[in-house]
Amino acid sequence: MPPLMKLISSRLALGAVTLLAVSALMFVGIELLPGDLAQQILGQSATPETLAAFRAELGLDQPAHLRYLDWLAAAAQGDFGTSMASQRAVADLLSTRLTNTMFLACYAAVIAVPVAILLGLLSALWRNSLFDRSVNVGALGAISMPEFFVAYLLVLFLSIRMGWFPTLARIDEASSFGDALYRSFLPALTLILVVIAHMMRMTRAAIINVLAAPYIEMARLKGVPRWRVIVLHALPNALAPIINVVALNLAYLIVGVVVVEVVFSYPGLGQLLVDAVASRDFPVVQAVGLFFAGTYITLNVLADILSILSNPRLRHAR
Amino acid sequence: MMLKTTTALAAPTRRGFLAGAAAGGMALGLGLNTRAHAAVPKKGGTLRVGYTQGSTSDSLDPATYANDFMFATSYAVFSTLVEIAPDGSAQPDLAESYEATPDARVWTFRLRDDATFSDGKTVTAVDVISSIRHHMGPDSKSGVKPLLAQIKDIRADGDNVVIFELEDGNADFPFIFNDYHLTIRQDKDGSIDPESRIGTGGYVIEAFEPGVRIELKRRDDYWKAGRAHFDKVVLLKVGDPAARMNALMTGEVDLIDRPDLKTIHLLKRNRNIKIHTQNGTLHYTMPMQVTAAPFDDVNVRLALKHAIDREAIVQKVLKGFGTVGNDHPIASSMPYYNAELEQHAYDPDKAKHYLSKSGLSSLDVTLHTADAAFNGAVDASVLFSEAAKGAGINLKVSREPDDGYWANVWLQKPFCCSYWGGRPTPDLMFSAGYAATADWNDTSWKNERFNQLLAEGRSQLDQGLRAEIYGEMQQLCQTDGGALIPAFGQYVSAMSTKVQTPERVSEMWDLDSIRFIERWWMA
Repeated sequence: MPPLMKLISSRLALGAVTLLAVSALMFVGIELLPGDLAQQILGQSATPETLAAFRAELGLDQPAHLRYLDWLAAAAQGDFGTSMASQRAVADLLSTRLTNTMFLACYAAVIAVPVAILLGLLSALWRNSLFDRSVNVGALGAISMPEFFVAYLLVLFLSIRMGWFPTLARIDEASSFGDALYRSFLPALTLILVVIAHMMRMTRAAIINVLAAPYIEMARLKGVPRWRVIVLHALPNALAPIINVVALNLAYLIVGVVVVEVVFSYPGLGQLLVDAVASRDFPVVQAVGLFFAGTYITLNVLADILSILSNPRLRHAR
Repeated sequence: MMLKTTTALAAPTRRGFLAGAAAGGMALGLGLNTRAHAAVPKKGGTLRVGYTQGSTSDSLDPATYANDFMFATSYAVFSTLVEIAPDGSAQPDLAESYEATPDARVWTFRLRDDATFSDGKTVTAVDVISSIRHHMGPDSKSGVKPLLAQIKDIRADGDNVVIFELEDGNADFPFIFNDYHLTIRQDKDGSIDPESRIGTGGYVIEAFEPGVRIELKRRDDYWKAGRAHFDKVVLLKVGDPAARMNALMTGEVDLIDRPDLKTIHLLKRNRNIKIHTQNGTLHYTMPMQVTAAPFDDVNVRLALKHAIDREAIVQKVLKGFGTVGNDHPIASSMPYYNAELEQHAYDPDKAKHYLSKSGLSSLDVTLHTADAAFNGAVDASVLFSEAAKGAGINLKVSREPDDGYWANVWLQKPFCCSYWGGRPTPDLMFSAGYAATADWNDTSWKNERFNQLLAEGRSQLDQGLRAEIYGEMQQLCQTDGGALIPAFGQYVSAMSTKVQTPERVSEMWDLDSIRFIERWWMA
């Protein structure tokens, strides 16, 4: 499929340019923040002398554009450098946090995506029924509350009152898979409640939209059962918008969980990014920021490709 | 301990807290029982701590320690030459003894010969010298560098004796070595490996993930008798106060620091939780730069000092967990505290009187503030502004960003909010923030008599004379100094009733001056 390959390669090239722009913006952003790493780490106990020594050691006495270009040259070769604050390799620093973030995102996604689509299909099937209305009210209610509030409610009822789940989602290398699933259930549930409404509503709307088309009426007239009409006739034609919304929510599950991480003390990338920004640790901010930007770009490209594949009309250039 | 601190709080205005503390645990009713229990430390158990601070940027390099998480780790895994005892005195730790020449200029520290690193090697004078040198010299980025500038020379005398030669006499010199930065590491060719995990403390590191957790295990061959009781200690960073308190409520951690004072009453509902308070040296300040108008007029400074309602700040901002300050930085628990000074109180008439003495009919000043200075600083500033209106002072509160507060506001603006964690002795406190030559003299106050007394007291070994000197210095600070010190805060923590503390703890810093890991135990 040459047109598709062309699309993919042009998208990837655009993605690379976007990443470059993002890295420059992040660098400028950090430069604009008051104080630098030496001041943030030494805090109130900084004296001009110790600051100068600290800056010389980290190369912070160099002009800003030189520091950026140095970083860029190394990053282009795949070397993200070492954290200025802890002197650990950024790749090391990221690896465990990245695993944790991906674990939580997958955990939430594996439950949220099928449940949302199923609920969307069912509520389209039984449109305007009591089931449809209660699912909608529940999902919209969950999304209307801020995440931290949902998280605190879950902690209050499921941990403190009932004692079923731990309040701290503490996982480390030693925890077994089952243990990790149990310990991170509450943060995963919070995320599920936050993302489900969006996907569910989009599925429902897209299906209902397609249900108005003449070929559906034709299928009904031929005597095809309602559920078959929806799953086999309507769903394939409604996939494109659903895929897009799912991709957007998956990206959110990976990059948007800072608040949930804080409430449950979950050691993920969000917390790392917050720490790095607070201490102006530029290499770490860049690495995490680029990963987040890359996630968005990849998922969006993926969503486009899948939508095209799902729709034969888009596969062939006119 | 609970008995003691709670009783100290028994002022009628703090009835609410007392009742709660009694419900929260064994504070009052079972007082005697607790005491009998508290006498015998027991070995074993795991202590899990939920800590507010801790950052991904933490490293084991002692020059960079910047938060409680690393301070506690430092004291557990490494040791210092000297430690502060519960009575506030400096006691030898890795040092066996120390002595000074009569002018307090040359100090000889004798090391214990039974102290070993976790790899079995004995601690020698060379280790000590390399460890201290790590914080000195032009390339050092250490926070204690200014404190060590007075050292002219360090030399070893054999394997067990270290001699410090100072620029001038300093009777409080041993106190410096309690600092968590100044832990002793192994020498490696004249310097130390800052990332090395080999220490002389009671615990070794089993796992360390900066900004997340550290797991410590007791050393079986620990050389200090009667210390390090827990088998294992886990420090967790739990930054969110609600998460920290929830974790304590559900028993996932045994101890948390800095519970949210606004919701602390919720913790007291749980019978298995007790609240622990310490009257520390922590105090909140509002430094006025005496070189900038209008603060260059002592009458303006005195007017402002009488225009602030200290009691309201203690009650409303600190929720009663604190005491009023008297515009000098010496805490009542510190040696040489001057109890005879008259307490500055809110007195609009007096403030007006000082204002007219300065020839001003009204005063417009701006107070720069942010919660980065201390939790509640913005509220305290607004309270100050309201109280000052009564004295005809128009105090404008300017809220600054938390980010970069220490770089852009503190030491830069003529009137702002700040805090001091406190120092073990008056000399160290005054030298750090009030001496004419101090880097952190945030008021630019250069009182001749004060600085002369400071130098005099430092090399003076006679206790009676020192008490007189420091007494007068507190008075000078109070009446002439640029620092407005409205309140001293209490350190507040909460823990499971299973966690036991000695009858008396060191109150200088939170949690037994951060040495709780080695001093406390599990019932």
